Amino acid sequence: MSRRRVVVTGLGATTPVGGDVTSSWSALLAGTSGVRSLTEEWAQSIPVHFAARVAVEPSEQMERVELRRLDRSEQFALIASREAWKDAGSPEIDKERLGVVIASGIGGVTTLLDQYDIYKEKGARLVSPHTVPMLMPNGPAANVGLELQARAGVHTPVSACASGAEAIGYAFDMIRNDRADIVVSGGVEAAVHVLPMAAFAAMKALSTRNDEPHRASRPYDLNRDGFVLGEGGGILVLEEYEHAVARGATIYCEIAGQGLTSDGYHIAAPDPDGAGVQRAVKFALRDSGLTTKDIVHLNAHATSTPAGDVAEANALRAALGADADHVAVSATKSMTGHLLGGAGAIESVFIVKTLQDRLAPPTINIEDLDPAVTVDVVRDKPRALPAGDIAALNDSFGFGGHNVVLVFKSI
Amino acid sequence: MALAQADVLAGLKEIVEEVAGIPAASIELDKNFTEDLEVDSLSMVEVVVAAEERFGVKIPDEAVTDLVTVGDAVNFIVNAAN
Repeated sequence: MSRRRVVVTGLGATTPVGGDVTSSWSALLAGTSGVRSLTEEWAQSIPVHFAARVAVEPSEQMERVELRRLDRSEQFALIASREAWKDAGSPEIDKERLGVVIASGIGGVTTLLDQYDIYKEKGARLVSPHTVPMLMPNGPAANVGLELQARAGVHTPVSACASGAEAIGYAFDMIRNDRADIVVSGGVEAAVHVLPMAAFAAMKALSTRNDEPHRASRPYDLNRDGFVLGEGGGILVLEEYEHAVARGATIYCEIAGQGLTSDGYHIAAPDPDGAGVQRAVKFALRDSGLTTKDIVHLNAHATSTPAGDVAEANALRAALGADADHVAVSATKSMTGHLLGGAGAIESVFIVKTLQDRLAPPTINIEDLDPAVTVDVVRDKPRALPAGDIAALNDSFGFGGHNVVLVFKSI
Repeated sequence: MALAQADVLAGLKEIVEEVAGIPAASIELDKNFTEDLEVDSLSMVEVVVAAEERFGVKIPDEAVTDLVTVGDAVNFIVNAAN
């Protein structure tokens, strides 16, 4: 029996640069930053006074009663999933063949902290009965699964900033392994709150460029000083190829393979040799039946941290060898900030759009390219990709030493 | 302080509209919380806590299961307050 193939038939997103896929993609091609100063009073109490909030508030996209029962991460998941499901043509499907895999790095952390404040101020009686369904990390997946009545399985892989990519990989396997014909997959994050930001700042992980927020996220720039926290989410509808063809679905591209490894090196720091990343790239290519020659684009993890960007670039150069010369590398976090568990998902959405338009989005804010960066970075404006069969990679890494590489190819 | 049935109903309508998004105009004494108003068990907890705050009464957990309709809740609150 030939292997079941997996294609992308729907996209949805709510990001710091747009309330849906179309507006987010246009903003990226135009090189627009979604990073802004925070207006909340608490922002002045921590070293970092800015973040990349979503461009369109959920309150503009959902009913009030629905909003109050959902954590912000769950709101993002439903908003993006509704867009993606509609984009896929709202397919008629046996619900026992429909799955959902949506990740989050931190889950409903703002609900947890807000309810703790209520407990302290008003007592246990006033703690909302919706607290647990709102704060549980599987809440975004569960709410989307409930809305779509998905019965093939609803899952939430958690691997910090690799979570979104891991969710898409998990969904890919569900279809390949014949557990489902359609899986709604992706990742979300809603952690713009004083405590997570104070905690990331305590790790010295965040940029403190308070006087120029829109220029703070600068992957590969010599003077990068940390990542910028973003929020939002991205969703892809994955579907078994024959199933998509049979119902006449519009097919964006194919997901051809994935590679998963772990570093066994440090809880937060990247392995400077990037051995785990190199192995993940190798496994992903082998899984997809492609070679380094086929890869023309990579949407990098590149978060704008001093150590991470170079470790990743070195690992990619080592894994791709001379073929890295024809890989257009885009670091879209320069515009969206870092969505943690949502990052690999929105970046996968962007890769699908890149393959569709044959246009790699720019990396903004590079004033002085770090000479230690040995990959070909797309800077300032989009770059056209070649005609013919092409393929692209998404790599995502998470605290804990998680490495995920996904392979997308034109169809 | 004695509470009038009409005042309790008006207050409860506001609470149910806030919690469950049901328009106050469609909330009547004979409406069933779960079947007519789609107030699930979690939202019912919110309604009860909000009603206790608003009307200054105690609604014990064992009493909540008997509050099937809006009228049941209104009567319970009026009796508890008087």
